[in-house]
Order: sequence, then structure tokens, then C-alpha cells
Amino acid sequence: MPILSILIALPLIGALIVALVPRRRPELVLPIALVVSIPPLVAASYVLWNFAVGDASFQFTEHVVLVESFGISWSLAVDGISLFMVVLTALLFPLSIAASRSITEQVKTYMVLMLILETGVLGVFLSLDLFVFFAFFEIVLIPMYLLISMWGSDNRAYAALKFVLFTAVGSAFLLVSIVALAVITGDQMGTFANFDFRNVLQADLSTTTQYWLFGGFAIAFAIKVPLFPFHTWLPDAHTEAPTAGSVILAGVLLKMGTYGFLRFNLTLFPEATVDFAVPLAILAVIGIVYGAAVAIVQPDIKRLVAYSSVSHMGFVILGIFALTTQGMTGSVVTMISHGLTTGALFLLIGMIYERTHTRRIADYGGLAKIVPIYSGFFLFAVFASAGLPGLSGFVGEFTILIGSYLTLPVLTIIAASGVILAAIYLLWAYERVFTGPVVNPKLEGLRDLGFREVAIMVPLVVLIIGLGVYPKPVFERIEPSVGIILERIEATTGYIVPERGTPEGVVDVHYGQVSESPDHEEEGG
Amino acid sequence: MIDVLWLVIALPLVGSTINLFFGKRIGQPLAGWVAFGFVALAWLVALPATFSLIDGSIPVETSYLFTWIPVVGADVALLWDPLSALMTMIVTGIGSLIHLYSIGYMRGDERYPRFFSFMNLFIASMMILVLSANYAMMFIGWELVGLSSYLLISFWFTKPAAAAAGKKAFIVNRIGDWGFLVALMIIFASFGTFDFQTIFASAPVVITVGTATAITLLLFVGAAGKSAQIPLYVWLPDAMEGPTPVSALIHAATMVTAGVFMIARSAVLFEMAPTTGAIVAVVGTLTALVAALIAVSQTDIKKVLAYSTISQLGYMVLAMGVGAYTAGIFHLTTHAFFKALLFLGAGSVIHAMAGDQDMRTMGGLRKKMPITFITMGAGWLALSGVFPFSGFWSKDEILAATFAKGGWYIGLWVIGLLVALLTAFYMTRLFVMTFLGKPRWEDGVHPHESPATMTIPLIILGLFTVSFGLVNTPALVAFEHFLEGSFQYVHHVQGLSMGAIIGLATIALIVAIAGIVWGWLKYHRSELPAEDGKFWRRSRDAFGVDEFYGRTIVEPGKKASEWAADVFDVKVLDGIAHGIGSGTRGFGDVLARLQTGQVRAYAGGVAIAGVLLIIVFLAVGGGF
Amino acid sequence: MTVTVSWFLVLAAGLFSIGVAGVLIRRNALVMFMSIELMLNAVNLTFVAVSKELGLIEGQVAALFVMVVAAAEVTIGLAIIVSVFRDRSSANVDELAELKG
Repeated sequence: MPILSILIALPLIGALIVALVPRRRPELVLPIALVVSIPPLVAASYVLWNFAVGDASFQFTEHVVLVESFGISWSLAVDGISLFMVVLTALLFPLSIAASRSITEQVKTYMVLMLILETGVLGVFLSLDLFVFFAFFEIVLIPMYLLISMWGSDNRAYAALKFVLFTAVGSAFLLVSIVALAVITGDQMGTFANFDFRNVLQADLSTTTQYWLFGGFAIAFAIKVPLFPFHTWLPDAHTEAPTAGSVILAGVLLKMGTYGFLRFNLTLFPEATVDFAVPLAILAVIGIVYGAAVAIVQPDIKRLVAYSSVSHMGFVILGIFALTTQGMTGSVVTMISHGLTTGALFLLIGMIYERTHTRRIADYGGLAKIVPIYSGFFLFAVFASAGLPGLSGFVGEFTILIGSYLTLPVLTIIAASGVILAAIYLLWAYERVFTGPVVNPKLEGLRDLGFREVAIMVPLVVLIIGLGVYPKPVFERIEPSVGIILERIEATTGYIVPERGTPEGVVDVHYGQVSESPDHEEEGG
Repeated sequence: MIDVLWLVIALPLVGSTINLFFGKRIGQPLAGWVAFGFVALAWLVALPATFSLIDGSIPVETSYLFTWIPVVGADVALLWDPLSALMTMIVTGIGSLIHLYSIGYMRGDERYPRFFSFMNLFIASMMILVLSANYAMMFIGWELVGLSSYLLISFWFTKPAAAAAGKKAFIVNRIGDWGFLVALMIIFASFGTFDFQTIFASAPVVITVGTATAITLLLFVGAAGKSAQIPLYVWLPDAMEGPTPVSALIHAATMVTAGVFMIARSAVLFEMAPTTGAIVAVVGTLTALVAALIAVSQTDIKKVLAYSTISQLGYMVLAMGVGAYTAGIFHLTTHAFFKALLFLGAGSVIHAMAGDQDMRTMGGLRKKMPITFITMGAGWLALSGVFPFSGFWSKDEILAATFAKGGWYIGLWVIGLLVALLTAFYMTRLFVMTFLGKPRWEDGVHPHESPATMTIPLIILGLFTVSFGLVNTPALVAFEHFLEGSFQYVHHVQGLSMGAIIGLATIALIVAIAGIVWGWLKYHRSELPAEDGKFWRRSRDAFGVDEFYGRTIVEPGKKASEWAADVFDVKVLDGIAHGIGSGTRGFGDVLARLQTGQVRAYAGGVAIAGVLLIIVFLAVGGGF
Repeated sequence: MTVTVSWFLVLAAGLFSIGVAGVLIRRNALVMFMSIELMLNAVNLTFVAVSKELGLIEGQVAALFVMVVAAAEVTIGLAIIVSVFRDRSSANVDELAELKG
């Protein structure tokens, strides 16, 4: 069963079904869209369930040749890195569709675009063919542009255009690099071009070629992440986008950048990776501190969360380019966690925006008294985002910091200060919005969260706690896939990954007098 | 026995969850009793395990629960040794007394169940911290303690001051956590594990003194945050905005002890780094002095106690610095008893005064609240360091250990004595202003003794305050002996002769009595003395440290952020993006001007170009 | 004196130059159009002449193509000119500058 093709097709089929809803029954659109967004989640869960733990190779592979002479094929697969991105995507879409009740104009178009967007995102994470990957990468752009420019708030035209132009500039570099890579590969294989990831992987690239191609890929992905200083599109896009748009943008679209770095830059250009790691890590650390510092003074709560994303994604990039098992694994976990926590924050901001129609922090105050359940959820999301241990955010960022210190000690120590800044911007915002006396009379009599809204939040809360307390199943699936990226870097360059494990001289009295023997064999690698 | 230890963490957590979701349905005061029950149960679970340690049958045990983060080898595992047993007893024991007290104290509060939910969470967080078998798990507890304190300090969040205080506590603690976090990175880079046993057994072989110094200094930054040392102590006085039982919990049993506990736990590493030891000792002493100097002028009864906590923590940190770990932990224990007692007593007084905390409007409460008067009297004498109350023994041990270090440490000892004098003075001031003399209440205030749920904890704590010091006297060293198992890798300090010990104790006692007499003479009169003058004013403002931080750190930081947000991001970065955009557009405009729309102009262009091309071809082809 | 291919080429060049001059100088769209036809036919003449000289059929084929294209072009071009004339009752190309950038 070509489960991955089915997974990509399901939202598209859903979009068709939604398109067939009669025009005079607009109230049916949201429930139907919600229902058709469930099958992709089921399919993704199936993949998650059947994913072989500890297997680093690609799984569920599908391969159908599309254009023989150009070496283009419909080639799909998952590994430990894309697995969780796919699951995260399939999870966030139903939640954001469910949270889109305030969309009243052209609901049908909106839902169709959402589902097309889902297909695009899934395609990005699943394609192994560079040509198809690029096609999906671009497909994502269009629905997102329309979502922002049609259902956004006041300054939406500017934000949507900025989003598209920034990304398109990156895409131009990406396209040139992909074509160049395919032609070089084809040359060495004796054909015109080859876009298949596994063939491209075999290509023999000179160091200079690697530098150029790495640069082309890196610009595209750095804009998508976004890495400082390419981040200025993000606050505008986030702020103007409708709730679901912000959730998807922060939750999965940004991950396309970091995923791209892992899948392509690190895997395809090991030498360039080693040489460019430090400059990129420096940009990442600037992003961590800068994003957090700028977030502190934002007057708009959505902008604040947007800048916090710049900071969090900086951690991800730092972890990736520290080139250690811990750092890279932590990065993937942070990608998941950031999707959950920022998704939760944007959903919550959307819920209150529906009631008050303002995002200005200064318009609020004392909400905790009026809407206690809402405030409870918000405080939870705030601490999850601030990286409180026991919640998902901490697990990833902690692992990144521990791992990055092994190769980039000074940068990592600076990056760790992001932890302080995160507490400042989040708690200060919470203080101004939720505590103190109620000053704005318009806030009196606000409805607290209803059953539907609580139901949207509960899955995120459960996953955030689950990932924070028992992340082992996630780590087990990510680590092997990260491992082969590093192995390849080690094999082709002189770089040596700092080994985990007990250094010489350490007397391991770990559980010297254990009451219960722990099974440490399987995670020893 | 150790197999059920996870219950010590789980029980308060369950209690917290029950009160969070069903507290409203359970109602007052039952919700409080439920919370109390779970903490008391945790204490009961830990009790037999503690006794098995007193036997000396099992010195140290580890219980593996599950793997947390595999790539960094962080497990959820519990370590049961004398140190963690002692802390467990303090936290759950005193914790449950404070819960009991809160049942009455918080009666009538709108968010009564929520309060107990947070209190239980606090106990659970503290137990994670105390029972952890590795630094990674300790950090979980460490941060959860920060969360709990945030929730409880800003419990009355509609008061802006309370909300700000909670935020401040969390952020200042986060600064400390940064140090802890960096220390963890170095530890992992050096040892490849976070496990206490492995690290302590192999530290002297694996890391250099330099690395040990770096690790311990960073750990101390963390400890300074939690245990309120210079320069991170500023959150603690503000934390008084929380309900009084919270203050008792934070100051006595939980949060502030965490830093001292962490240093004691890492004793092996601190032993390797004498430089850190010296810095720790100096910071501790200075903290003790500064806080005592501030405490003497405060008029809010809780503020006096808050600064006295900081001051006493300074003593404990001093003990850690001079390597007197058991003495420091001993003072932590006795302080937990008498400070809980003092705070709960202060709460009882505030309760009686209908929420008023200003000592200038109290006085003469002795007759109205006899139980509070007597128990707080015990706390007063203990904190002042009067023989044979518990504070005398523990404080004396620390001072003696500092003296025994010799050299410039004698200077620290002198400062320590000065702090003891000030402590006795301000505690006498507090006691006299509150309970003795003429009543100075405003009309309409009718002080009364508190209900039994509040006085019983006072009595129990009072008994311990009076007697607990006797478990560790120069003659009977049961306490030190008990803790030995936790410091098996630590060298023991050269002891003093019995004569020297008695001599030092006598000096300390004389100083304490002098302080009491001074305070008594100054304040036990019909009129309160005027506290005017430069020193008093500066002291009442806490020497303007908050304002200083505001001017030097907060404001410039905010300015920098604003500059980054409003200038750099918008003008520079977006400016570049817009510049590229308008540059492209301008170039297009220039090209567009060639497009005249005149067909004949285009045709002319084509013709000229054609002719030119022909000429070029001919020239290149050599046709001319 | 034999008529060599050069004669045809000179004639074609002359016709072409007249066409170019017509397009550049005249303002009437109809006359410009006729000048373009002149240029096309000059090219056709070249094609045919050279084709005959070299004994290759391709030149004549190309000439046929040009004639077909010219016919098609005339159809559309005249239609446009007529509709422009109807619109503004003038066929002066200088007044037509809709595509000015």
C-alpha cells in the first residue's frame, strides 16, 4: 500500500469534497473540512505506529519514474526526522481548521486552500526527489499567500507580499542550485540530469561546487526558518495572518527550513557544512538573543510570539550546526515542541482576538480574573514556551545546549542566556495581559473558553506534557537518522563528532547499588 | 523501602491534580485537608526509609525509574542518602505543618483549592529536586520550584505588586538557572553523564582544578539565585506579597534551601575548587551582613523576617564556603524549624490584626494571643542564638568552622559575630514592638488568638525549635554522624579542641545577649524611639539596590531592546529589504522610459541596430 | 553582359532600403504597412535568387513560408488598422502610444 502517496493525496481529496459543498449551505463547510482533515492524521498515525525503531534508513519508500530523461521520479519516504514533521503537520491542520470558526467570508475557498496547503507541506516533508520537493516547496507558497491576503487583518496586503517576495528570492537560489546539482549528478551518471535524492547523494562534488550549492540551499532555507537577519517577514506575516495561518506558519512552515537544512545541506554537502557551521551558528545565536530581546518590547502579542519564534528557531539552527548527536537530535525535538507550544499560543491568542478584536497588550489587563480557564491554558503555554522542565520545550533546548557545548562552547553559553530572556518577555506579557485589576471596561463579561475550544487545546497540552516527561520514544526514532547524517560527514571530511559516553578515568558507579536494573544497552550507541 | 520512594513525589502531585480539577467541588475546608493529607502521607512513606538510614544499614541507594533523555544519558532516578532523607523529612514534615496551618489561614479565600493545589505542587517540585540522583533531574525540580514560587507569590494576582513580585522571583531565579545550565554543559562535556555517584567518584581524576572551579562557580550562580545571595537576593523581600504560609514554605522548608542543598550535594566538586570556596564564603558573609543591616529598620513584620532569612542563608552559604557542610545543613535544618515558626507566628499576628503588617501599629499582643506569643518567643531566642535553643548550636558551629579555617577567614568570623549581634538586635526589636509594650492598634481592630489548626503547628514547631539543637552539640554529634554517608568523598576539616569550641561558643553567646539587651533597652519603652538619620533611611530603602538594578540593568536593557525593535529591525533590516525592492523598481522605471510607444521609434531602433550589426559582422569577418 | 545573382541582390537591397525608409518616414499606418510588404518581398527575392544560384530548394520553400505569413499578417494587420481608424478616424501612428512605459 503506497501509504505516503495516500497521505499526500488525502487532503487534496478532502479539498475536492469541500469544494462540492453546496453554496447555500456554508454552515456545513467547517464540519466537513474538519472531518476530511482527520484521515491524513489517521494515515500519519499509521506511519508513526509502524515506523521501525532504531532503523536509520528510509522507510515506506515509494518510487515511480515520472520523466525518465530528466531523472525525475515520484519518490517518497520517511525517516526519523521527517516522521515527526509529518505527524505534527497532520495534527496541527485539524486543530487549526477547528479553530477557524470566526472565518465567515468565503469559508469554502478558505478551507480548500487550507487542505491544499496541507498537501503541499506533507509533500515537502515526504519527497525525496529534488524536483518534486521544489514543486511542493513552491506550492505551499500560494495558499499561504492567499490565506494571509484574503483573511488577514488590516495590513495584510503588505504582509502577504513581503512573505511571498522573501520566500521567492530564496526559492530562486534553491531552484538554481537544485538544477545545477541535478545536472552535475546526471553528468556523472551519463544522463542529462537526475533529481533523485539517492542518486544525488552519490554525486562527487568538489569543495568549491559544494560551497556554491550549499550557499544556494542555505539562503532559501535560512529565509524560511527564518534565520537572523532574514527574519523581518515573519513578524508581519504572523501578525496579519488569520489564526490558522499563524498556527500553520509557525507550526510547520518554518520547519520546512530547518528540515531542509538537515535533509539537504548537511547530507549533500558535508565539507561545506563543516566549513560553514560556525558562521551559521553565530547567526543562530544572534537570532536567539536578538529575537528574544526584540520580543520583550513588542506592543502586539502576536508580534511578540513571532519574535519568540525567531529565538526558538535559532536554537534549532544552533543545534544542527553544532554537529553533534545531542545537538541535532535536540533540534528535531525542538522543532516538534515549537510546533506544539507556538501553535498553542497562536490558537489561544486567536480565541481571545475573536472576542475582543485587539492584539495590543496595552488593551488588556486582569484577564485571569475574568476568564480563569483561558488564563490557565495560556499560562501553561507560556511556561511550555519558556522551556520549563517537564514540558516539551525544555527537553529539546536542553539537549541542544548540552550537545552544542561540546563543539561550540562560547556560542552555547551566550545562547543559554536566551532562557533568561524568554522568561522576561513571556512573563512580562502575561503580567500585563492577565494580572492586576481590570482596567478596560470592554473586557468585563468576556466568555471563558467553551467546550470546543477546550477540546482544541487538550491534545496540545497532553502532547506537550507527554513529550516533556517521557520523550524517549521520540528520541529513539530521531537519533539513528541523525546518526547517519553525522556518519556521512565524518566519512567524507576530517571532522570527528564528539562521542557521548564515559570519558577515560570516569568510574562508572552509575546505579552501583540499584534496586532495579535499568536497561541501558539499547541507548548506548 | 526505597522502591516506594517515588510515592513521596507522586503523592503531592496527585494531591495537586485533584485540587486543580476537583477542588471547587470538594469545597472548603475539605480541599485543604486533602492537600494536607497527601503531604503528610508522603512524610509517612519517607519515615521508615529514613529510619533505615539511621540504623546505618544502607548508606546510599539509587532507584532507577525510567529513561528521560537518552542522548544525554539523563534518567529519572532517585537517590536516597542521609542528605536527601534529611531534606525529605524537612520538606514534607514542615511542609505538612504549613499545610495544616493554611487550612485555617486561607479560609474564605475565593481560590482556596487552587492555593492548595499550588502548595502541593511546590512540595512535589522540591521532592524532585531533593531526591534526584543526577543533575539533569535536579534541574527539573529546580525549575519547577521556580514555577511553584511564581504561582504562589503572585497568588493574589489582582494586586499588581503581587503579580510583579512573582515575575521578579521567576526571572531572577532564571538568571541563576543560567549559571546552573552552563555548569551542566561543562559537567556533561567532562563526564559524559549527569549521575551524581559517577561524577563524585571520578571527579578528582577526570577534571582539573580549573574545570572544577568553573563548574562550581556556575553552580554557585544558580545557588545564589535560589538561596537569595548577593547579587540575586532581590526577589526574596518582594516575595512577601504572597500569602504568609507561602512565605513560610519558601523561607523555611523549600525554595531557599535548594541552593544550599545543591552546594552540599556537590560538595566533592566544591572541595576541589578552593577559589570557589573562598568566593562562596565571602559572598555568604557579605549577604548575611547586608541583609542584617536592612532588617534592622524594616517596619513590616514580614519584611524583617524576609531579610533575616537572607541573612541566615548567608550563614549557611558561608558554611558551604568553608567546607563545613554538616554545619551548614544543620543550620538549614534548625532554621527551617524556627523560621517556619516565626513566619507562621507572624501570619497568626497578621490574621489577628486583620491584615495589618506594620509593627508600629501593633504592640501589647502578649495578652491577646498567648500561644503565638510564647511560640514566637522561642523562635526569637533561637534566631538570636541564645543557649540552648537550636539556633545557638547551629550558628555557633558555622562560626567555629570559619574561625578554624584561620588566616583571613578570621575576618569573616568577626563579620559573622557582627551579624549575630545585629540579628539579636532586630529580632528583639520585632518581638518587643509586636508583643510587648502598650497596644498601638487602630480603632476597630480586635486581636484574638488564632484557631487550633493554626496554633497546633506553632506548638509543634516551637518544641523542635527549643530542642532540636541538642542533636548536634560538641558532646553529642548524632546529626553529623548521620550525614556522614552523604559526604563520604569529602575531606573532613581539622577540628578544634574542646576548649576552643567552648570559648568560641561563649563569645557568640555574649554577642547574642548583648544584641538582645541593646534591642530591649532601645525599644522596650512607652514611646517607640525615632529611627531617623541617614543610616536608617538608607536601610529602610534597602540601600536602593532595586533602584540601582533598575537604573543599570533593567532600563538600559529595555532601551537596547527598543532600539533593536524600533530602529534596527524596522529601519536597518527592513530598510535593506525595502531598499532592494525599490531599487529593483527604480531600475524598471528607467528601462520603462525607453518604451515610448512610438512604433516608428522602435522601427528606427531596429534599423540602426541592423546597420550596426552588419558593420560589426563585416568588420569581424574582415570584409573591409 | 549576363544577369548574375548580384543584380537580384542589389535590386532586393534597394527594395528593402525603400521599405525601411517608408516605415521610418511615413506616418500613415497603411503606407507603413505597404512598406513592410515591400521589405518582405525584397527578402523573398533574395531567397529565390540565391536558391536558384545554389541549386537548393530550401530558399524557395522559405519564400513560400514568408508569403503565407505575409498574407496572414495582412489580414490581421489591416483589421487592426481599420478598427483603429474607426476608433479615431485617423491612421497616424504617432498618435498611437498606448504602450508607452
